[in-house]
Amino acid sequence: MTERITKSMAKNIYYGGGMFALLLFFGLTFDTVKQIPERSNEVAMSHSVVAGKALWEKNNCVGCHTLLGEGAYFAPELGNVFQRRGASDESAFKAYMLGWMASQPLAIPDRRKMPQFNLTEKEVNEMSDFLIWTSKVDTNEWPPTIEG
Amino acid sequence: MKYTSQMVAKPYFIFALVLLAGEILFGLLMAIQYLFGDFLFPLIPFNVLRMVHTNLLIVLILFGFMGASYYLIPEESERELWSPKLAIITFWVFAAAGVATILGYLFVPYAELTELTFNNLLPTMGREFLEQPLPTKLGIVLVVVSYIVNVTMTVILGRKTVVTTVLLTGLFFMAAFFLIAFYIPENLILDKFLWWFTVHLWVEATWELILGAILAFVLIKVTGVDREHIDKWLYLIIAMTMISGILGTGHHFFYIGAPEYWLWIGSIASAAEPLPFFLMILFAFSMAKDRKIQHDNEMALTWAKGTAVMAFLGAGVWGFMHTLAPVNMFTHGTQLTAAHGHLSFYGAYIMIIFTIVSYAMPILRGRPHGNSKKAQALELKSFWMMNIGMLGLTLSLTTAGIMQILDQRVGTDLVNFMDSQASIAGVYTVRAAFGLLVFAGLITYFASFFVKEEQEQLA
Repeated sequence: MTERITKSMAKNIYYGGGMFALLLFFGLTFDTVKQIPERSNEVAMSHSVVAGKALWEKNNCVGCHTLLGEGAYFAPELGNVFQRRGASDESAFKAYMLGWMASQPLAIPDRRKMPQFNLTEKEVNEMSDFLIWTSKVDTNEWPPTIEG
Repeated sequence: MKYTSQMVAKPYFIFALVLLAGEILFGLLMAIQYLFGDFLFPLIPFNVLRMVHTNLLIVLILFGFMGASYYLIPEESERELWSPKLAIITFWVFAAAGVATILGYLFVPYAELTELTFNNLLPTMGREFLEQPLPTKLGIVLVVVSYIVNVTMTVILGRKTVVTTVLLTGLFFMAAFFLIAFYIPENLILDKFLWWFTVHLWVEATWELILGAILAFVLIKVTGVDREHIDKWLYLIIAMTMISGILGTGHHFFYIGAPEYWLWIGSIASAAEPLPFFLMILFAFSMAKDRKIQHDNEMALTWAKGTAVMAFLGAGVWGFMHTLAPVNMFTHGTQLTAAHGHLSFYGAYIMIIFTIVSYAMPILRGRPHGNSKKAQALELKSFWMMNIGMLGLTLSLTTAGIMQILDQRVGTDLVNFMDSQASIAGVYTVRAAFGLLVFAGLITYFASFFVKEEQEQLA
């Protein structure tokens, strides 16, 4: 196979193919960036949601959990935790979150442990708002079931 | 050794290997915490162990790439390194910054670390793999820029080869894509989308260029095959890499809020991602078959062939397993991803570092014909221990992933995450055992450095 291909042909495939892929990729990137506000319902992204995201990062939540399938696989997916633990009811979910965050770490021997992050009530509510907002993003129907 | 400045590669290689030992050690600690949640808790929670594990991996690969460049660039360019002194200074800066960062992770709670390191001025922390505090990120930029300047100047002033051009292209794009690490959009979806520009385009594009260049260099040296021939192969491999790998980024965009067309583009492009790795196998084995010289350092060629095979399995086969959108719907965010991650990083990047270290280290230690037969026999043992260990670990994680998918995502009788994980414990135990074998393999590899030279070779 390779006998028929010369070095300069291979070189041209590399530069030509690479440039083509890169240009197409950047073109699609441009389009995606334009579509994201609508797909993520950016108008609903309140100050509280943004503050919740900052808390998510500050406490390195992604080091144990996945969010929309990305992160670590040590703890449950949280992209649909609003539906799973709050039955899509905002006040029920917020109440659940306040109780849950306060009770960590659970005193069950050798269960995987979630640290106590000592968040204030306002911060837990911001985290809830962030997770509620995230759960409504158009993810092409992922995850396939409620268990995430 | 043809040029004295190649000597600066030595501390980079040694430090990369030391970090690798740390990386595996933290992996083992995580494997234990997977089974016993109270292990090390609350002293070191899982997220900290994981951060140390993954950050050590990234940093050790960078050290390996730098060592490889400082070794091969002078020989390819046929001149001394532009500034050996700069290379030594950046070594110490990078090593100190790396150690300080790891200590920060271990001894300061992450939230406090964000406050101590001015994250409020320019938030960059708390994203997977890019957890480093701002000063560390700035340090990485400083080190990488000085590294690139050093290599570029040497290349400009010396002989230009395909190997150096490809290496430099990889380095420049790697630096460019790292800049995304300094921007966290408020919108999570845009954040996730752009984050892949650093993560995917490092691992599945720019790093593959660097990998290809190092592999080509070692094959030229140990097989004596005509450079024109090797250049052609290198171009073909990286052409396939670029064409499949860049648009293949799309396989990460299926279910994170990006538009539907990525389901098609990501699936089609990344279905071709095994191709460059398959070519790499053909490349390594046909060069070995057509070799013009019988190099005494047989282990270097063994590692080179091993890199091609294991990278094909890890990145190619294990990547393809879950890269088609309908399959990924069920596998996204499970242990299957972890299985692929482990074997591909090991097969492609850890093994290429072993390849260049096995080739260059004996020369740097004054053994131009490679280590003694006895040392090489021990090294071969470590080669098999690590490869079998990594394959076993990967198969365990794959099994865990499939069980997890069947529990949580298939049928009507669904099991929740924690219960499903508890039922997988037996498989996680097997995973830990294979991890231990990898670690034992690495210790054996280290031991091969200390095998005494035989008398006739000294004479």
